[in-house]
Amino acid sequence: MGFALALVIGVITLGTVIMFAGRFWWFPEAISEHGPSIDRQFMLTLTIIGIAFALAQVMLAFFIVRYRRQGEERASYWHDSPRLEVLWTTITAVVFLSLAVLGQRVWAKLHLNAPPPGALQVEVTAQQFVWNIRYPGPDGKFGRTRTDLINDVDNPVGLDLSDPAAHDDIVTVNQMAIPVNRDIHVVLRSKDVIHSFWVPPLRMKQDAVPGLAINIHFKAVKTGQFEIACAELCGLTHHRMRGFLLVLPEPEFERWLQQRASP
Amino acid sequence: MRQAVATHEAPKGFIRRYIFSTDHKVIGLQYLFLALAAVAIGIVLSLYMRLRLAWPTERWPLLAKLFPNAMAGGTISPEFYLSLVTMHGTIMVFFVLTTAPLGGFGNYFLPIQVGAHDMAFPVLNMLSFWVTLAGFLVLMAAFFVSGGAPISGWTAYAPLSAIGEIAGPGLGMGQNLWILSIALFCIASLLGALNFITTTLNLRTKGMAMTRLPLTVWAWFTTAVLALLAFPVLLAGGILLLLDRVAGTSFFVPGGLIVSDQILPHKGGSPLLWQHLFWFFGHPEVYIAILPGMGITSHVLSTFARKPIFGYRAMVTAIFAIGLLGFLVWGHHMFVSGMSPYSAIAFSLLTLSIGVPSAIKTFNWLATLYKARIRFTVPMLFALGFVSIFVTGGLSGIILGQTSLDILMHDTYFVVAHFHLIMGVAAIFGIFAGTYYWFPKMFGRMMNDTLGKLHFWLTFIGIYAIFIPMHILGIAGHPRRYAETVGFDFLTPLQPIHVFITIAALITAGAQLLFFFNFFWSIWKGQKAETNPWRATTLEWTVPSPPPHDNFGPQTPVVHHGPYEYSVPGAAEDYLLQTAPPAPAKS
Repeated sequence: MGFALALVIGVITLGTVIMFAGRFWWFPEAISEHGPSIDRQFMLTLTIIGIAFALAQVMLAFFIVRYRRQGEERASYWHDSPRLEVLWTTITAVVFLSLAVLGQRVWAKLHLNAPPPGALQVEVTAQQFVWNIRYPGPDGKFGRTRTDLINDVDNPVGLDLSDPAAHDDIVTVNQMAIPVNRDIHVVLRSKDVIHSFWVPPLRMKQDAVPGLAINIHFKAVKTGQFEIACAELCGLTHHRMRGFLLVLPEPEFERWLQQRASP
Repeated sequence: MRQAVATHEAPKGFIRRYIFSTDHKVIGLQYLFLALAAVAIGIVLSLYMRLRLAWPTERWPLLAKLFPNAMAGGTISPEFYLSLVTMHGTIMVFFVLTTAPLGGFGNYFLPIQVGAHDMAFPVLNMLSFWVTLAGFLVLMAAFFVSGGAPISGWTAYAPLSAIGEIAGPGLGMGQNLWILSIALFCIASLLGALNFITTTLNLRTKGMAMTRLPLTVWAWFTTAVLALLAFPVLLAGGILLLLDRVAGTSFFVPGGLIVSDQILPHKGGSPLLWQHLFWFFGHPEVYIAILPGMGITSHVLSTFARKPIFGYRAMVTAIFAIGLLGFLVWGHHMFVSGMSPYSAIAFSLLTLSIGVPSAIKTFNWLATLYKARIRFTVPMLFALGFVSIFVTGGLSGIILGQTSLDILMHDTYFVVAHFHLIMGVAAIFGIFAGTYYWFPKMFGRMMNDTLGKLHFWLTFIGIYAIFIPMHILGIAGHPRRYAETVGFDFLTPLQPIHVFITIAALITAGAQLLFFFNFFWSIWKGQKAETNPWRATTLEWTVPSPPPHDNFGPQTPVVHHGPYEYSVPGAAEDYLLQTAPPAPAKS
């Protein structure tokens, strides 16, 4: 029985390590400036916990075989070792807390710093099951919006055209274009329930909470089209709440924007 | 230490004895049978979910018979899928993982292990079971009301859960019943917690110093303290949520909400407030589920390693440290919620600190096996399985607890894999270990060994087959609570993993039939059990199997030894009952 259990634990451990080390399915290549630092921290952590995982399981399997009952000999009456206990507590504490501190670096860069000046502002207003995207237009200012003007057919964010700043605002649905290599400042809002803006290659996830305007910023460094998924349960077709992020070279982005500007 | 408790007579009559009983053992069994019913339902619901995820468009006419309304077309629709998500989670967390280890085993064995005749407040104890049962029935009713069960998940995030049917199916009456059920459960848990705490502190028998308590008692005691402090917060949150829904208040709903082109009348509430209240309860709840499993694992490991538990004091300290830190980390569920990024850092550091006492426990379990003489009984297999799964499920927490990595992993299948292993499966392994271990005491008969071993092998392998690939889904970015993968190009290549997991889940669930069969068959047909079949040390093994109504009869036990005196050098046997006469002074 001891051998069998040790063998099963061994096989499971090996299988798990292969599954993670083989990367048969993995996250997509990062397209944001901060993405590679998150990936590095992930791989560092995964390596450390992978080693801890394998060591613990192998030790468990080894003890199971080595100390299975044989004959009538008694177990050792050994139940304390202050030195050992202090040693492994210290090692664990140092490793875990170091990882915790290292894990804050990217976070601090992303969330403790204000969006850099000159960043392009984009407003993302989520609703059941659509992403409304708004650009401030040439004046660089978002116009006023009013809840009572919201209309899913032709005014999804409730632009108030009595405000001059609102006239050049550009609103699109499920299509978010951004220029490559430029800081982007996204203001996240929601009209109804909580949604979450999730673009895996961008390494960015942030909830959109009704009643709050949440500011995030990032810089995409690779062009392409990527999917925006909703990562917070928002109702019936949560699993189909799909938008597209188009990362374009600056001139193409300008063209894209002009095509959508109201005449 | 022990107050004078009159030994009470067993009540006459079936109803007072087995239905409205105040005997902690009967109440413990009632909790266990409730948890058995709940876990059977919870597993069935999870299989429906797995079928939907593997083959989303398939029609299941036979399975539709169980839910004729929700599965009217024969398929598992997205709204039914989300109802299943909600109900599976709620049933498992509350009515299985809280009910079985604490309400069931805690009720049955805590008084016996401390040498008491019953709980401190037997009537409250009875009430706590019946209120729990009422909560369970109210929750089940949600399936049958118009609109069906709520689709807001077991976390019921506002505003989705707060604004009624307009936000989605099941969010009308179904959501109200959900809240009512949870509120009842909170009240029941408070009554239970008071009992556990008082009994541990006041009803210990002569010689049962706190330092001689079995680790199971320490675990139940700490769990009860957590329950006492956490459930009132959920109760308050639940009441506020109900008021938002039925009385037009706006605790969790901000102004200016537009749902289906309709402006809602609410003003000034905060969706994040619900998350804070919910997780202030919800995180300690994780430990409410797992601490008793840790206690049982320590207890069973020591018994079948035939060795004292390694580092008893460190184990107790670690239980307490986990309990305390468990109250300071709820924000790690909210890193990307819009909460202050500064508090996220504080929560992250505290979260990784909780890994330290958890690691201490793991080291101590391994050290307990060092130079042991392991007997591979079925409870021991499950306890060893617990250690393996606890390590696997715990380590992924080191990823999730880091703010920057949580940006990737939050609300993906990585989280689902992590918490299922650590608070679901590990806790269930604790429950299985406890069931196989204490079954002879509770029913006077042994469970079948061959069936038990077969159950262990299939479950242990099956669990890994289900949950290891699930981490990979999360790493690939798969959000949780998605009814299918076809909506996204980056998800469709992951579909084979879903199919694999579903097949593994079907086999693993099938293996649980062995357990159910073994359990009920052994109640009547199992081999008769002696008083102490495992040759264990603690007080429950000094009384007949099953114990008489007042546990110890007129003589209360007197304790002379610690709880894990195995292989004591010079002793006649390789175990020393806690009540064995004190050793003569060392010569």
